[in-house]
Amino acid sequence: MSLATDRHDVVVDIGGTAILLRTHSEAFRTLLQDRYQHFLREPMSRQSARDPLALDVELLPESGPVTPHEELVVRHDGDRWQIVRGDFRAHWDAVRGHGTITQTLSPFAIDSVLRVVHSLIQAPRGGFLLHGASAIRNGRAFLFSGVSGAGKTTISRLAPPDATILTDEISYIRRLEASDGAQNETSQRHGRPVYEAFGTPFAGELARIGANGRAPIAHLFFLTQGPENRIDPIPTSDALRMLLRNILFFADDSKLVEMVFRSACEFVDHVPTSRLTFLPDQRVWELIQ
Amino acid sequence: MADTFIARSPAIAARALGGEMMIMSAVDSTFFSLNEVATVIFQAADGRTPLAEIVEKKVCTEFEVEPEEAQRDAEQFVADLSKHGVLLVSDQPIQAHNFPNTPVKKAENS
Repeated sequence: MSLATDRHDVVVDIGGTAILLRTHSEAFRTLLQDRYQHFLREPMSRQSARDPLALDVELLPESGPVTPHEELVVRHDGDRWQIVRGDFRAHWDAVRGHGTITQTLSPFAIDSVLRVVHSLIQAPRGGFLLHGASAIRNGRAFLFSGVSGAGKTTISRLAPPDATILTDEISYIRRLEASDGAQNETSQRHGRPVYEAFGTPFAGELARIGANGRAPIAHLFFLTQGPENRIDPIPTSDALRMLLRNILFFADDSKLVEMVFRSACEFVDHVPTSRLTFLPDQRVWELIQ
Repeated sequence: MADTFIARSPAIAARALGGEMMIMSAVDSTFFSLNEVATVIFQAADGRTPLAEIVEKKVCTEFEVEPEEAQRDAEQFVADLSKHGVLLVSDQPIQAHNFPNTPVKKAENS
């Protein structure tokens, strides 16, 4: 009996959520191992794996677009999602936790699919991905959100040695229960949700993969650069508006909108938010403790 | 004058937070935050109660506003929100089609 082409499995664990990437391409496996080097786990044995989340990757020769869509398009039929862009076509079954990707040998395609899939996984759980930098200091995570040019990479570059940068571009936020290993004992005792930030391999202009760490979120700052370093309170409605503007959100689907909206409302209801105006120098970090 | 009936659209997500009503359209992801008067009207928009009755019994009594002024403002508010698909407007009672709940924090209910 002839054997099927060797399969190369890579498990990428982001946000404490492991996804098995299955490919027959050794070159693609190498690409994955390089790109997600701090976010890899050992592939599970067939006996020990409980039906893991998985994506089967089919590679195409690098010649021309995979689909005619220049921009990312996400559609669904029930729990089956279709994710397409010029350089890939993907499907994700949210109930089975399985999907497929057809793409060229490019890291950008798999990055995009992983971001969308993780967003879909976390949406019903109260979590989300956010355009924002995040860092751990003194055992607590601080988020820095804002539009392009607001200063996410700048504040990441200014971080002191005792701060661990989780990402300068895409922050991963999870709402955790005690069974998820939530680390905030005080919140668990009082029955309040615990929000944690996790590192991601999605780098911005810092061009550096974030640390694979996690910590309870102490504060969300909305960034703006200015003539002084200061923290100002903001009305809840403004915080929610700005948060919604920066959550990775890619489909005008009523069910998804409701989940994302509910998640954002719960988040601002439980996590302090402020506006952080800062000069582009290290003194701003004296305010972030 | 014919009655105007208003109902919350099923294509929105809404939540009372920090004393304000926050609404997001599922159609175009537009975000709204309503002031106190607008919140009262929005929460009373059950499709069965005419707008004039909402204004008379809820707005005028709670906020000490002249009826004519309150009615004018309410009509403008309803027109604005219906343009964005947040409120449904009709001259007949509107059938309830899975109206979105507007969950309120426990403290605000007590």
